[in-house]
Amino acid sequence: MHEKEKDLIDAFLRGQVDRRGLIRGLGAMGLAASTAGVLLNMGQTRALAADFDWQAHKGKTIKLLLNKHPYADAMIADLDNFKQLTGMNVVYDVFPEDVYFDKVTAALSASSSEYDAFMTGAYMTWTYGPAGWITDLNEWIKDPAKTNPKYAWDDFLPGVKNSCAWNGKPGGALGSEDAKQWCIPWGFEQNNITYNKAMFDKAGVKVPGSMDEMVAAAAKLTKDVGGGVYGIGVRGSRSWATIHPGFLSAYANFDQKDLNVSADGKLSAAMNTAESKAFHKQWVQMIQESGPKDWSTYTWYQVGTDLGAGASAMIFDADILGYFMNGGTNKMAGQLAFAGFKANPAAKAPTPNIWIWSLSMSNFSKDKDATWYFMQWASGLDHCLFGATKMDFVNPVRQSVWKDEVFREKLNKSYPGYVEMFDASAPGASIKFTAQPLFFDLTTEWAATLQKMVAKEVPIDEGLDKLAESINGQLKEAGLG
Amino acid sequence: MTAATTVHRPSGFRISKRVLPYLLSLPALLVCIGILIPFLTSVVYSFQRYRLSQPWARQFNWGDNYISFFTDPKFWNTLEVSLLYAGITVVLELLLGLGIAMLLQKRSTLNNFISIMLLMPLMTAPALAALMWKLMTNPGFGVLSYLASLIGLQDFRWASSPSTALLTVVLVDIWVYTPFIMILLLAGLRSLPTQPFEAAALDGVPRSFVFFRITLPMLTPYILTATLFRLLDSIQQFDIIYAMTQGGPGDTLTVFQVEAYLNFFQSTNVGRSAALMIILWAITYFLSNIFIKNWLRLRERARGQA
Repeated sequence: MHEKEKDLIDAFLRGQVDRRGLIRGLGAMGLAASTAGVLLNMGQTRALAADFDWQAHKGKTIKLLLNKHPYADAMIADLDNFKQLTGMNVVYDVFPEDVYFDKVTAALSASSSEYDAFMTGAYMTWTYGPAGWITDLNEWIKDPAKTNPKYAWDDFLPGVKNSCAWNGKPGGALGSEDAKQWCIPWGFEQNNITYNKAMFDKAGVKVPGSMDEMVAAAAKLTKDVGGGVYGIGVRGSRSWATIHPGFLSAYANFDQKDLNVSADGKLSAAMNTAESKAFHKQWVQMIQESGPKDWSTYTWYQVGTDLGAGASAMIFDADILGYFMNGGTNKMAGQLAFAGFKANPAAKAPTPNIWIWSLSMSNFSKDKDATWYFMQWASGLDHCLFGATKMDFVNPVRQSVWKDEVFREKLNKSYPGYVEMFDASAPGASIKFTAQPLFFDLTTEWAATLQKMVAKEVPIDEGLDKLAESINGQLKEAGLG
Repeated sequence: MTAATTVHRPSGFRISKRVLPYLLSLPALLVCIGILIPFLTSVVYSFQRYRLSQPWARQFNWGDNYISFFTDPKFWNTLEVSLLYAGITVVLELLLGLGIAMLLQKRSTLNNFISIMLLMPLMTAPALAALMWKLMTNPGFGVLSYLASLIGLQDFRWASSPSTALLTVVLVDIWVYTPFIMILLLAGLRSLPTQPFEAAALDGVPRSFVFFRITLPMLTPYILTATLFRLLDSIQQFDIIYAMTQGGPGDTLTVFQVEAYLNFFQSTNVGRSAALMIILWAITYFLSNIFIKNWLRLRERARGQA
């Protein structure tokens, strides 16, 4: 490497030159972007190795279990840097999401030591943690001998980081003092609105600012856009995944909860309050009037592809779903816009519930220290920046990446409104569910009840009362209520 | 004595005659153990309060899992849906399969070609067939939704409506499995002795009489065999229903296997999942016994021993 280029990269790594200055400088020296990227990665690898013994586990191999996802793709694209930095080898299995969590459950419940680390969602750790399948990562994060001094744990978005920490007590607050760090956040999704601007203009509809407005806007879009386009896409399958995106984000904005936690730690159903019933009525009405006809089979995939194909005018779902639908070969690529959503007119800001793709360490791993080396690299700032700027690693979990000018510019250029949407809703973003081991039972039953309400099989008030009664029975049977 | 009870082999390797029967039955015994160990483990789990996410609460609760099922309306719904699904699919597939088999009974190049082509759905994985049907019934672009609209069913919701979800998954099941019944009955029809039919033709016996008094009785062992296989398979249906609706809408299609799957893989409730599977096993065992007893009785009657 020429001295001038090396000096410039070193100055960047010392923080004396910002990212934009670095790229401009390298460009002025006649380097193509790809060459500049390679040089920067080499420089970063050198810088990382300078302050920490990354070679402590040289020659070892770890195995990962990964879900097929852009986050995993970004990691795999950058993996050679990790191998070069540590001298370690990494092998992995990648499974599609339909079967991914079955594979994780099967491997962990069999106490298999095949995988050292794996991708997971924070909700899943409410099962894996108490079952003793995963390790509390505080042991490594707080050990300066095992963690790179530049790891910057405080750089993670607090709401996201805390959502991955739970003390294991049913109803215990996420991120409490005694919480165990069951996973390291990797990338996350806020639930907001992605909409088709041309369709909104055609129907003369503004971006909704409340639940009332969303119901009305969706109905008007269904009526006025034409061509079989429906107003709003939300999930509807008989699964916990129907409750956690838009539905719970709007529900939480009205200060409604899934469960009550009494002073003695007992849990009870909280979804049959008058406010909750009023919210459910609006949600059900919106789906009946303006949702997809086969809503009860809709997963994130159908919600996203309908928007990308121009079959729906807006979605209230994961922001990254809108991000991906606005690119690639989708029919509506480049025509989508983003907005935060505040369902409750009296609320100060949006309160999106979040899904966090995270990394957990198997308790059955034969070399946890070596595994942690991979985990801290994969969740470290350099890889996060690489993924965010070079790949589709959205949404990154580190605050400094969101401040990175190159990343913000990339988003502003191709995804107008995305950064503003993120900035508006990120402060209120966190997991809104009560952490407890019956999470999947209760939310699946909630989704099934919602299906019955939309199909008019049961009146809303009666359906929620029955749901609450059933949930209370299950909590009691499990010794939690 | 030794010479009399020992099998001599050219290589000089000797197996005692006393040991030989046990040795020969060893593979069957090993297979039996391979089946019995998981089965008995499931029985033990079914008597436990055993949830992987609450390992500290694991203990024997004896019949509590079963009692909670028998007092839960959702369980009775599961039983009803499972039996209904199995009953409807088996009856319809039997009627269709028999009809197609009779149409193809005469050996000809065309009939042989058609019978092979009709086997194609059977070669499709049921989960894939369900996904194909999910696309074909999509209200936006599905060909079946389009055809339904041509006959005036403008807003037909297929699997997404509680009133038509069962019908939809039954249609998929029929599409996949009717060829199975058809091929079994076709083999049966073609192997029937020709004399009774020739005699009936000479006497000018009406076709309906021939069918009900000659064909059907002679075909009954084949029908029972096909019914038994299909009944046992369809009462354990999982892939078509899960791929299409995950058991919904609401609790419309929460058959045994879907419930057991969700209980284990989603709720990690091993005790309840095992209890459900044991109940399903008991139902399957009961139905199999009825069919096998009847099948044996018919076979003996056919041999003139009844």
